[in-house]
Amino acid sequence: MDAALLGLVTIVVGVGGCVGYFYFSNLILDKFIFPASGPNAGRNINRANLVRPWLFVLPAVLALGLYLAYPVVATFWLSVTDRSQDDAFVGFANYSKMFEDAKFWEALRNNMMWLIVVPAASTAFGLLAAQLTDRIRWGSIAKSLIFMPMAISFVGAAVIWKLVYDARPEGTEQIGVLNALYIWFGGSDPQQWLTIPFWNNFFLMIVLVWIQTGFAMVILSAALRGIPEETVEAAIIDGANPFQIFFKIKVPQIMPTIVVVWTTITIVVLKVFDIVFAMTNGQWETQVLANYMYDKMFRGLDWGVGSASAMIIMLLVTPILVWNVYNARQEMK
Amino acid sequence: MDNIAGSKSSLSWVVNISVVALVLLWLFPTVGLFVSSFRTADQIAGSGWWASVSTQERQNPAIRIAGEEFERDGLYVIEGQLFEVEADVSAWGTSSRAPEAFGPGDTAELSKDRTVTVQADGSYVFTATETQEGKRLPRVFTTAETAPEFTLENYDRVLFGASGESNMGKAFFNTLTVTIPATIIPILVAAFAAYALAWMDFKGRALLIAMIVGLLVVPLQLALIPLLQLHNNIGIGKGYLGVWLAHTGFGLPLAIYLLRNYMVGLPKDIIENARVDGATDFQIFVKIILPLSFPALASFAIFQFLWVWNDLLVALVFLIDSTGETTVMTRQIVELLGSRGGNWEILATAAFISISVPLVVFFAMQKYLVRGLLAGSVK
Repeated sequence: MDAALLGLVTIVVGVGGCVGYFYFSNLILDKFIFPASGPNAGRNINRANLVRPWLFVLPAVLALGLYLAYPVVATFWLSVTDRSQDDAFVGFANYSKMFEDAKFWEALRNNMMWLIVVPAASTAFGLLAAQLTDRIRWGSIAKSLIFMPMAISFVGAAVIWKLVYDARPEGTEQIGVLNALYIWFGGSDPQQWLTIPFWNNFFLMIVLVWIQTGFAMVILSAALRGIPEETVEAAIIDGANPFQIFFKIKVPQIMPTIVVVWTTITIVVLKVFDIVFAMTNGQWETQVLANYMYDKMFRGLDWGVGSASAMIIMLLVTPILVWNVYNARQEMK
Repeated sequence: MDNIAGSKSSLSWVVNISVVALVLLWLFPTVGLFVSSFRTADQIAGSGWWASVSTQERQNPAIRIAGEEFERDGLYVIEGQLFEVEADVSAWGTSSRAPEAFGPGDTAELSKDRTVTVQADGSYVFTATETQEGKRLPRVFTTAETAPEFTLENYDRVLFGASGESNMGKAFFNTLTVTIPATIIPILVAAFAAYALAWMDFKGRALLIAMIVGLLVVPLQLALIPLLQLHNNIGIGKGYLGVWLAHTGFGLPLAIYLLRNYMVGLPKDIIENARVDGATDFQIFVKIILPLSFPALASFAIFQFLWVWNDLLVALVFLIDSTGETTVMTRQIVELLGSRGGNWEILATAAFISISVPLVVFFAMQKYLVRGLLAGSVK
């Protein structure tokens, strides 16, 4: 119960503190620092209005700086120092150590496969689901059912899919649906799907595709509905068949949205940790970068290599980061 | 599309069937977990969950005869019923070497002049020439068709069972303790910042917005070690305070981004009228912007709630210490996967408890979730 009390106190202090901070900082600014009265009233109001925005954004900027911006720099610093040598600067020694680790290359290879397969499959399934569900009466129910895995945690999804992949000894009843189907179609011995090197990566990817398809579907469905009807009508009059309409008229028009969906899922993939951690923990050649990093940092306690691999993830994210910032700036102009 | 001539093609039933197939494919794994959480361990091991509503013939674990002994015709007799549910015994035996030695209605002769007779419905008669008081009674192996059976016992066991068995009750409570403050606090901080970024003109605003867009995608993996070090240095260490702060920090970029996008779209007239009427920025924010932004606030609240509730990594790093007192559900499930990988009744139940809350939130607030997603990604 202590924790509950602490939680309650935190909510009260947090919310009260925030409101109090904003209220009183504005009050102090208006009444004491630059009072809107006396000989300099006009100038003071202008000055106060120059300062005020910073009062509003200060807590957020502090939190962002401390919890996201500072760690990027700090992690980089950790990646070029050695904890066992009293944090001495060691240049790229940690990186070269990491590059000699076969597990790192395995993780990088797997991550590349994830980066290709998961966004592609999720977007394709999402597009298919969006196109199909938009055309039927019970489409919204179908949508919310396909969307549902979004709410399920990666860990919960891991359990769900482990049951699907479960294998029982030969001759007994199979309780994992994949093996049940495999036997039913004439397979002889039940397979331990998650221990088959290389292919097991795909069995893990399916879990993320299953989760992300709903997201892609929701966004793409909105984009499809935003397509001007005239373009579709014109195509029909010109005698295009449904497939031509879809691939030659609709898809090109929603291309920007497809790119957004693709990059968003790419970022999710780069951070994927829980699924691998819970299902195989990187055994049987299923390691990925995020789990490799966790392994090095908190099991191997090798902060240097751990930070170096975190920097690799950052490096892979950077193009998307730059692209997003560039687009945001374009939009504001 | 439906109103366009010619688009109502004969394809429409193909579309319907495809969507049914797609939906079933997407639901199937989750339903499997749900159904499994209501089955007993024996049933889960005996047949796939998709067969759970049909009667199944299988070999049951041995059942030891037990019951009140009484005398009849000079024999000591025990009568009873092997199953609690309806069953149809096709074969039975009294040793593990020959579990199908007898058919229903047969009588097995045991050592020391004891006999057992088992009927097809599972009722049995045991006789002996001397009293069996204090002696071990024989076991009966059966192969029977049992009716489907569903139970709530797993939930009772996982949530309220002896401590140390799964700890899910405690973990549920801990997860709630982590989630609620970590959802509420960032909203407020973000709302003020979003207002300033949307409606106040100041130098560096564009830069700040660009920074937030950039921070949206920074992987939180980078934050783990530096922040843990920081928390240790300032004396927070591992605990609730640390995890609340971490989730607040990590949730802020999305919160500010979503709220700003929404607030920018609010009608300019209202805000300018209020300014002309002499309202301060603080008043405008509290009395006009906040109430009008409710949909965006709700969207973000759902995102943050789902994210914190489902999180494993941040809790592992910032919250759970070696005592394990502050464990959360996702972590407990991973533990169970390791230690009880075969006990599907425990695993399925624990997992379903953990995903049930997000599912309720999801279905109740789906409208806001979709709206938030659209605001957050479509540009």
